[in-house]
Amino acid sequence: MSTATEAIRIIPKSPGANDEGQWLEVSMGPQHPSTHGVFRMDVVLDGERIVKLKPVFGYLHRNHEKIAENESYLGSMPYTDRLDYFCSLTNNWAYALAVEKLAGIQVPERAEYIRIITAELTRFQNHACLIGFLTQDMGASGTPLMYAFREREKILDLFESLTGARMMCNYMRFGGCRVDLPAGWIEQARAAVASFPRFLDEFEQLLASNEILMARTQGVGVLSKEFAVNAGVSGPVLRASGVNYDVRKADKYGIYDRFAFKIPLGEHGDTYDRYMVRLLEMRESLKILELALRDIPAGPIVDPKTKIRGFRPKPGEAYAHIEAPKGDLGFYLISDGSSNPYRYRVRPPSLVNLTVLEELCIGHNVADVVVILGSIDIVMGEVDR
Amino acid sequence: MTLSMFQAIDQIDQIFVTSQHRLVSDLPAEFQSISSAILSVIAIVLVFALLFAITTVLERKGLGRMQNRYGPNRVGPCGFFQPLADGVKSLTKEDLVPRTADQLVHFLAPVLLVMAAFLAYAVLPVGRNMVLVNLNAGVLYFFAVGSLVELAVFMAGWSSRNKYSLLGAMRAIAQMISYEVPLVLASIVVIMAAGSLSTVSIVDMQASYTGIWPHWFVFTPWGFAGFALFMIAATAESNRSPFDLPEGESEIIAGYYIEYSGFKFALFFLGEYLGMFATSAMAITLFLGGWAAPFSFLTWIPSYLWFFAKLVLLILIFIWIRGTLPRLRMDQLMSFAWQFMLPMTLLNLFVAGVWHFMPAGIVRWLVCIALLVAPAILLSRSLKQGKKFAVRHYRFAE
Amino acid sequence: MFGEGILKGLAETARNFFGSYVSKDRLTTVQFPEQRLPQIEAARNFPFLVYDGEDWQQGMRCVSCFICEKECPPKCIFIEKSTDKKPDAVGKPQFYPKVFNIDVSVCMSCQICVEVCPFDAIKMDVAFEHSTNNRFAGLLWDKKELAKPNEYYRQIHPIEAAAVDAALAEERAKVAAKAKAAADAKAAAIAAAAASTSVEVATEK
Repeated sequence: MSTATEAIRIIPKSPGANDEGQWLEVSMGPQHPSTHGVFRMDVVLDGERIVKLKPVFGYLHRNHEKIAENESYLGSMPYTDRLDYFCSLTNNWAYALAVEKLAGIQVPERAEYIRIITAELTRFQNHACLIGFLTQDMGASGTPLMYAFREREKILDLFESLTGARMMCNYMRFGGCRVDLPAGWIEQARAAVASFPRFLDEFEQLLASNEILMARTQGVGVLSKEFAVNAGVSGPVLRASGVNYDVRKADKYGIYDRFAFKIPLGEHGDTYDRYMVRLLEMRESLKILELALRDIPAGPIVDPKTKIRGFRPKPGEAYAHIEAPKGDLGFYLISDGSSNPYRYRVRPPSLVNLTVLEELCIGHNVADVVVILGSIDIVMGEVDR
Repeated sequence: MTLSMFQAIDQIDQIFVTSQHRLVSDLPAEFQSISSAILSVIAIVLVFALLFAITTVLERKGLGRMQNRYGPNRVGPCGFFQPLADGVKSLTKEDLVPRTADQLVHFLAPVLLVMAAFLAYAVLPVGRNMVLVNLNAGVLYFFAVGSLVELAVFMAGWSSRNKYSLLGAMRAIAQMISYEVPLVLASIVVIMAAGSLSTVSIVDMQASYTGIWPHWFVFTPWGFAGFALFMIAATAESNRSPFDLPEGESEIIAGYYIEYSGFKFALFFLGEYLGMFATSAMAITLFLGGWAAPFSFLTWIPSYLWFFAKLVLLILIFIWIRGTLPRLRMDQLMSFAWQFMLPMTLLNLFVAGVWHFMPAGIVRWLVCIALLVAPAILLSRSLKQGKKFAVRHYRFAE
Repeated sequence: MFGEGILKGLAETARNFFGSYVSKDRLTTVQFPEQRLPQIEAARNFPFLVYDGEDWQQGMRCVSCFICEKECPPKCIFIEKSTDKKPDAVGKPQFYPKVFNIDVSVCMSCQICVEVCPFDAIKMDVAFEHSTNNRFAGLLWDKKELAKPNEYYRQIHPIEAAAVDAALAEERAKVAAKAKAAADAKAAAIAAAAASTSVEVATEK
């Protein structure tokens, strides 16, 4: 055997396997440019075809849940920013919602509006960047990604002037929000929202009918309706498979029932559907944003009865979930009456959506794996916690 | 215009040729031919290395502007000294060689790649009377030397002992060999028309005018189709987007040169760009009239300027395409080569024959265009039909 | 049809290429060291300790109540209480921090210490160019490095600082009024006592 072949670990042919040649085991990640963080896939290849794929994660484990159990309720809020670090405001909201349920706190009207505005802006920028990353994984040398980042900049500027930070916002509080909107914020937000349709048109012009994109995504990574439901997949990935489930509609948390918006549904459940569903969802988000920015009332932004220091909810448990950009994000809390939660549990959409990865990838090429992974939209901060 | 003006123009056009003659004329007769060859080689190496440097800046700035960024703008005026900084950086970087790599082959691969790329320039006429060697089988020599690139790439991929580089090398070999077939077939139409394999005589044939219009081969149906097919194949041959699968950095990271660092990596980069320049220059020679001016009244501009203007234009188109398109997949790439490119190039050969034997006139044009367009549409349909790619419409739930 | 979408995409990138030269909207990059974005009221980076007046040790508002140390999610604050007392921002005698350290390599700029502080003593700074070549000592800031004057706070967060100043002024006025009332009462009591004793003395006489 020549020296060069020794370096490559050849997996012995498994009995009964109907492969012509030998299999090659490749470890994609954790230092791989398109695994969206420190994620590893143990891929077994037959030529370039995927025979087996084992997702390996845990490289970014930070003990989030255990830390939160030793932290005051408020102290966990900035940690939730770091779950899905692309969408800190929706994470904040889900956690605040769980604590509000636990302690029975009411949220003032204006705060509900601010929450919806920030959440929909978060959804918009997440989907825009995801589409950018997806095309980047397809090798589009970053052009759509840069357009997405250009628009995201406007949203991050809004977040910065509101919350003081661009990504780690730490903005929601139990019973409302931390600070009121600064002067001129609504006008700035309206101007930004008004400029987004043009950007979406640009995106569509650039990509939607591109033959190469269609060839790369249509029929790739098909997730069937039944399997999606059985695996507990949520968010745009689930809706691309044609299942009409959106927590905003199903649970009507916050004041989402006041807004008229539609849920785009895919039919084939392939990568192209996942991509298009997100693109259409962005347009729906803009509708919500326009209405919310028009109707936002004046008033207090936080329930004056909630205490900042020495917050101790009654013993009990609560689970609240919201439609985060990546899917169904839930927080489960048990209180024993002390200032720390007795149990704190996150249901991260990325982790659950990631479980179907192997099913989607088998039989496809190496090149498809990164595209399918990109279309599932994971953030390792949330997967590993 | 007076005769002296014509002479002056001619002198400027031939300035490099005459100065080379003057330089070597003092030497003893037996050294004259070799020293003139060495001078030409030095000129080619310097000019195209400089073009490489300029292209990297242009590419980064152009891509940046397409993506609404500035691109490099810190080193020197408008960032044009960026390649110098990059060169210094790559020279001072640690040269890592994997312990288990085949040391000799690992070292030879980038050298061979750059050498092969430079060899191709021997037969490319960059201006009137400006060609290193006027081989009577110049086109054949060009494609033969071009095949050396595949060897270099495979040497790099195999000797690195890395699974990604092996995958990259496999992809590169499959892709380059598949696209070499349409590349050669697309250029055969020109050889048929010109009746010569010599690059110099091919350009000479195109350097005449009817009225103000030139006789470039691209201005015929078969020439245009041949040019388009040649450029597509050349994109794949030089591993440029959307056919950059061998190095697809989002899939197999950097493909065959994943284990290269420092100056060897820079050599790979250089070799790749030189290959792109060479195939573009070949396309110019075959279809775009080489160094000939596009209109008869513009012949006073020196021929080498025209050649480089055309080359830069093609490079800009490469950059534009790179900034726009996502990458194809391996199987799609191969089916495109064998199911679309190969039949189209073969058909183009037939059309070139039809053109040759039909009387000149509008009928000849219409027949040839019909013969090319109809099969192209049919073939692209059949490429799509198995997969049913379409823009979809979505339903909404309330 | 074949190639149509590709041509559309090429047209779009060409539009952006030329657009980036004419439209400010498209080219949003800020050339950082030369260009800087305007100050934002809400901006936050690392905490600092506010002091009033000239002397940073005398004017420090912190009374070392340990609330921020307890509430800080990553536990990056370390406080040691003094044994003696000094007047605080409103004039009451209070303890002050003998040691107040923040490890900014641990701090995650969450602003919770600012929110929980009942004395408006700790606020968020906006300076962000803090790179250092010493990983441990350079990033552990002590009381002296953390102390910044109230004028600086007014400069970086004008609206918030005005509200804080107003609240503090009110508090001070209240305390002063209380002190005055107490002093008056005391004086009155003394006067009354004096009067009563004098009366007593008078009656005794």
